[in-house]
Amino acid sequence: MSLIHETDYGTPLSKSEKMVTLTIDGQSITVPEGTSIMRAAMEAGTQIPKLCATDMVDAFGSCRLCLVEVEGRAGTPASCTTPVAAGLVVHTQTERLKKLRKGVMELYISDHPLDCLTCAANGDCELQDMAGAVGLRDVRYGNQGENHVFADACGEANPAWLPKDESNPYFTYDPSKCIVCSRCVRACEEVQGTFALTISGRGFDSRVSPGMSESFLGSECVSCGACVQACPTATLTEKSVIEIGQPEHSAVTTCAYCGVGCTFKAEMRGEEIVRMVPYKDGKANRGHSCVKGRFAYGYATHKERILKPMIRETIDQPWREVSYDEAFTFAAQKMRGIQAKYGRDSIGGITSSRCTNEETYLVQKLVRAGFGNNNVDTCARVCHSPTGYGLATTFGTSAGTQDFDSVEDSDVIMVIGANPTDAHPVFGSRMKKRLRQGAKLIVVDPRKIDLVKSAHIKADYHLPLLPGTNVAILTALAHVIVTEGLVNETFVRERCDWSEFQDWAEFVALEKNSPEAIASISGVDPEAIRGAARLYAKGGNGAIYYGLGVTEHSQGSTTVIAIANLAMATGNIGRRGVGVNPLRGQNNVQGSCDMGSFPHELPGYRHISGDAVRDQFEAMWNVKLNPEPGLRIPNMFDSAIDGTFKGLYVQGEDILQSDPNTSHVVQALSSMECVIVQDLFLNETANYAHVFLPGSTFLEKDGTFTNAERRIQRVRKVMTPRNGLADWEVTIGLAKAMGFEMTYNHPSEIMDEIAALTPTFTGVSYQKLEEMGSVQWPCNEKYPEGSPIMHVDGFVRGKGKFVVTEYVATDERTGPRFPLLLTTGRILSQYNVGAQTRRTDNVVWHGEDVLEIHPHDAEQRGIRDGDWVRLTSRAGETTLHALISERVAPGVVYTTFHHPLTQANVITTDYSDWATNCPEYKVTAVQVSQSNGPSDWQKAYDEQARNSRRIAPIVEAAE
Amino acid sequence: MSHSSTHDRLVYMANQIGKFFQSQGRDKEVAGVAEHIKKFWDPRMLKTIYAHHDAGGEGLDPAVKDAIGKLKDAAVAKEKA
Repeated sequence: MSLIHETDYGTPLSKSEKMVTLTIDGQSITVPEGTSIMRAAMEAGTQIPKLCATDMVDAFGSCRLCLVEVEGRAGTPASCTTPVAAGLVVHTQTERLKKLRKGVMELYISDHPLDCLTCAANGDCELQDMAGAVGLRDVRYGNQGENHVFADACGEANPAWLPKDESNPYFTYDPSKCIVCSRCVRACEEVQGTFALTISGRGFDSRVSPGMSESFLGSECVSCGACVQACPTATLTEKSVIEIGQPEHSAVTTCAYCGVGCTFKAEMRGEEIVRMVPYKDGKANRGHSCVKGRFAYGYATHKERILKPMIRETIDQPWREVSYDEAFTFAAQKMRGIQAKYGRDSIGGITSSRCTNEETYLVQKLVRAGFGNNNVDTCARVCHSPTGYGLATTFGTSAGTQDFDSVEDSDVIMVIGANPTDAHPVFGSRMKKRLRQGAKLIVVDPRKIDLVKSAHIKADYHLPLLPGTNVAILTALAHVIVTEGLVNETFVRERCDWSEFQDWAEFVALEKNSPEAIASISGVDPEAIRGAARLYAKGGNGAIYYGLGVTEHSQGSTTVIAIANLAMATGNIGRRGVGVNPLRGQNNVQGSCDMGSFPHELPGYRHISGDAVRDQFEAMWNVKLNPEPGLRIPNMFDSAIDGTFKGLYVQGEDILQSDPNTSHVVQALSSMECVIVQDLFLNETANYAHVFLPGSTFLEKDGTFTNAERRIQRVRKVMTPRNGLADWEVTIGLAKAMGFEMTYNHPSEIMDEIAALTPTFTGVSYQKLEEMGSVQWPCNEKYPEGSPIMHVDGFVRGKGKFVVTEYVATDERTGPRFPLLLTTGRILSQYNVGAQTRRTDNVVWHGEDVLEIHPHDAEQRGIRDGDWVRLTSRAGETTLHALISERVAPGVVYTTFHHPLTQANVITTDYSDWATNCPEYKVTAVQVSQSNGPSDWQKAYDEQARNSRRIAPIVEAAE
Repeated sequence: MSHSSTHDRLVYMANQIGKFFQSQGRDKEVAGVAEHIKKFWDPRMLKTIYAHHDAGGEGLDPAVKDAIGKLKDAAVAKEKA
């Protein structure tokens, strides 16, 4: 294996379909119109020297190194800013150019330190490469005189010199090495869209400045790493490279954080990871990254990782480290014993949305075929299960309709209950890029999220609805579309069931669904709803992106249906730039759903009661399957408390921290006789576990993840599992001990079995993924290259189905005791329950969960910024620090759930979606009051956790 | 919210399903609820709600009660067959 070098073409690809032929250095080359001469030359195999150009950002023309001569034109134009034209004759190397370039390089080097041997960029420095390329042999100006390089000049402090900024935990900024090429500034603007960097001063005083000459950490910088990647010198350098040195080999793999599924090169030295660099050919991220995927991988080698299996009889005992075999036997005896005593249906499993498709598939196979029941569920239950129900009902398949590239063709973007710049940052950046190009934006969210207004972005409509009123708002949007004659009737007649449409149209047109009628419920200005509806219906390609603010409600499924109705009514389905796009929370939520993790359906979303489908699986697995649906996670908890559910195998999921109403979950887990937790760390659920099986990270195994655009991508092993086994091997070991043999030598064999059993996957294989890089399902005989966009010629279910969406208020109501509404979410630097990100330097951005509260509500309660406050609901109470903020409306408070000490889910209730039991995390009636510090509950919880995490010392036999 | 028992929670869930199908038109109401429960509830949940129905079905909305009655009758008939 060697280091993967990606070609830098200098300027971005032109999308023009018109081709132009020119001659460069005697070679004829044909490229799309709008291509730069620099890029055309590179495509022909000639690298014109360059410093300020890179193909991730637009041409800038500042370094004057890429000069060329064009026959018939005067002067020496910069090849990066000069577009090709038919018949041009270009020379890239002439006596005149050689002299000019050498002169330019001399000036650069005269103000650059010559510590190349000890420089972190040694081996990866474009300045050094260019000095070599132009044949620089001496620097006539010397290295003294006015400079940015030395702290002292002639015994006096050099005013032009600035010290290194090491404030960011992951990279350093060394101003002495800056050549002011502006690549970092442009990457921050064009790729990331944060505009945190600028060039301050002019002429010789020019320098990169985060914000107004702040430190990187103190500025608006979001630490995405785009600037570091763009930097041609050691000015911006990963601290890991400074510490370790340059990598020597790399592998392309997929990030294990959010549902965007960014492709990275894991750059290695031996089995040590040097850095993660976003891969330009990655079709989800197109060479971009965020602070999590780019930098927060240190948890893989964190000292708290548990590397040995452990068991105990009861949860008040300390853990005892044992061999895998002993742990498997112990677990198998317990689980089989429970089944013998309480019946076959008394145990179950939870698959992980963080593990690979192959691993998820094996866990559900173990439950269905090994346990002999269908008690299998996954964390999608608590996030996107309503998407499954809603989109399957209306369109016929349970997935987003577009690829991420599609946003480049959107004219109107509607974001509902999602905060892409924090939770799906790389897609958020791609969306912002399109918005800066002029696409219109509608934000439906109770909070003023960054998209509502940030640098060069402003929502055309923000509908700040009261949490819990999604269905009312979406039906009101439909009301406007129908009553103002904005329906795309041709599309509806052609693609959808016309009589169902008519029923629906009649319903939404009712006066009770008008924006004016629902104003008092939703708190949204009716005129804004009308404007937004008109814009979405008639503004060109309209795309809807939504998140958990849609699904995690009593009416989550109804809201998804309402979104699908809107898209169908306006004809915004089945081509680029439009569609209905759920932004998935975790890296493999889509995959875990596809792989049959729900208790009622086998892989490929086929109901377990179907005889033909079951026959197929029974033949392959050689067992008889149970035709009845199994328990969903909340039902498992209820049954545990009732005493009919006693054993649970949980892979890579912290149900105690992530599921609602923590005390209910504690009660359920304490009622079980065998809880098996497979994870990287002793998570909160493990406090109630009897068997701990160590997990492996995405760096330590082979497999595939499927992202929010249905894209199946490879995860490649770059280091030996520190715990000895990959997760799929652990499941096989447990299954074997339970008497259910599964034989696979490699995850590719598991994928072959999935492909053989799942109609939407028949064309998927590791071979195919090698060839194509990635593929979007359905991938089968009909779509051999996969399906970037779905429902192109018609809906999967045949005719699109309109369904009436009546608003039903949640039973979680505010009142005198609980007058505020709590809604929850995520922050950029942390991920989910924080098990991974809390064990990285990302904690510098978010060390604890805080409560965002509007100044008005805070003042009424005498709460100041930073105060400890008590947050109480009908379910429980916790304490945390207050952050006074106008991002939330009066009457609404907001927090995240990344930290176990806060346990935000002590507060959330067990109300859930009517169709899928997805918990109503987004609406809890609460009261906020002053507090002195952690609640008794928090203290007791912390003590139990400490006690439960004890590991018995290994007693050495005396000699 | 805290439902005092699984039993109460199942009644609540069934009525929640009922509220959705109520808006889908009279003809679909009972059939919709029955189909949804059959598709997503595990046998022990069904057993509990059938027993509650036998005991008078207190708290169940009328259409939901009808739907559960129909499901129960079908299950009994299937068992006999």
